[in-house]
Amino acid sequence: MTAGFTRSWRGWLLPLAVLAAAEAWFLLNPIMSDTLAPPSKILLGAVETMTDGTFLRTTYQTLFAAAAGLLIGMTAGTICGIVIGLLRTADRLSSWSVEMLRPIPSVALIPLSLLTFGYGYRMEYAVVAWATFWPFLILTQHALKQIDVRLIEVSRLMGFGILSRIFKIMLPAAAPRLFTALRLAVGLSLVVSVTVEIAANPQGLGYGLMVAQESLRPDRMFALLVWVGILGWALNYFLVRLEGRLFAHRAPGLSADA
Amino acid sequence: MAAVASAIELKNVSLSFGSNQILTGIDMSVEPGEFVCVIGASGSGKTTLLRMIAGLLTPTSGQVLQHGRPVRAPTRKVAVVFQDYGRALLPWRRAYANVSLPLEASGMPARDRPKRIRELLAKVGLANHENKFPGQLSGGMQQRLQIARSLAQEPDTLLMDEPFGALDAMTRQTLQDEVMRLVAERRTTVFFVTHDIEEALYLGDRVVALDSNPGRIAYDIKVPLPRPRDQLTTREHPEFLRLRREMFEIMNKIHA
Repeated sequence: MTAGFTRSWRGWLLPLAVLAAAEAWFLLNPIMSDTLAPPSKILLGAVETMTDGTFLRTTYQTLFAAAAGLLIGMTAGTICGIVIGLLRTADRLSSWSVEMLRPIPSVALIPLSLLTFGYGYRMEYAVVAWATFWPFLILTQHALKQIDVRLIEVSRLMGFGILSRIFKIMLPAAAPRLFTALRLAVGLSLVVSVTVEIAANPQGLGYGLMVAQESLRPDRMFALLVWVGILGWALNYFLVRLEGRLFAHRAPGLSADA
Repeated sequence: MAAVASAIELKNVSLSFGSNQILTGIDMSVEPGEFVCVIGASGSGKTTLLRMIAGLLTPTSGQVLQHGRPVRAPTRKVAVVFQDYGRALLPWRRAYANVSLPLEASGMPARDRPKRIRELLAKVGLANHENKFPGQLSGGMQQRLQIARSLAQEPDTLLMDEPFGALDAMTRQTLQDEVMRLVAERRTTVFFVTHDIEEALYLGDRVVALDSNPGRIAYDIKVPLPRPRDQLTTREHPEFLRLRREMFEIMNKIHA
């Protein structure tokens, strides 16, 4: 506990020192900048963004778009991954298409998505879904391949049909690896949704960043930047904790009262 | 020819992977209720033989029959207990839910399951551990759990693949006695693979030894030791000692 606190306390030293140095630098060189702002002003900018009502709304817009897109990408990617992972024919039929389509950067689809869906949530769902589809597709396939053959034999010996085999044996066995895909995709969905908002979609935190930039308010821009960072960090922290909760009991050799 | 079909019958069974001959010309049968132990050095194909009987592998030539019917795929009437309990149990299911697995597979109504599961767990001495995950149980307890799960299938035949090979000597003896008691209660046919001559003699009504490269039957002897068997008196029985010596000599000759 004490050791952990000491370590985490030391971890804060560097960022705090950088902030203090930045503040000192701005005090010694009183300039008006369109690109930079001292930490104190960023803090004030944050308070301003939080109190003028746009803050909650834009955060909600970004998170909602990211989550909905992720849900679509996850569902489609996992289902396709299962089909390709289980059927050799599907694997052969799709291998070229996957290799051709996967390298297309998700942000390259922004124009197409904008043409198809116009401004609003739907174009953002589409791009986020595309971006998150691939990690789920690839990692589900790999996860299925890595299931211990012994478990597959056990399910055959019990006489399970294909659906029970998938839901009672394969998916639970693959769950830790699928969760890794989820963690990866959650981070990705946030990155992509903010990118879409910066590039095209007039809503959410990304658009807020653009507005701050265009109205020459570096303090607000940095405040939003820090906030996006905190969101990403918090989501990952939560997922790591959840991962520990969900899968800790699988490790062999636990104490009897664990 | 017996009036009742054998529980397991192998007719001139051979198996090869490519040019690699694993088993050749295996002819043997196991009668209902019989406890047959198969011994052989590693690489003699004894596990492969068990997997063919289970329906997990198809012979290259010859026939495998269960109760007179050819084996094409695994059936619920034949249960398998693997040596590597750590891989065969579902690590995300508690002891209770692991035993529940075959009941779910056979479509037993959910309301009938708890009683049956608790009976089985009590039978293998895990009544107080139903809420533990396999990772929280000792090796011996995990193997008991796998045995309980296999019994939940209500099998006619139990195929056991070196089930006690990874356990310490004390646990192994306890489990040997428990398995004999459990299968005697239900008159289950057992096909038990081991590399331990004494274990084979102690448990079996018959011992079949495999010669290797390619795997084939070297000899097949009856073990006329009285039942119930006992770790002390059976192992000191003159017939046990005589058979043990005989088998050691044969095995040495085979592997010379």
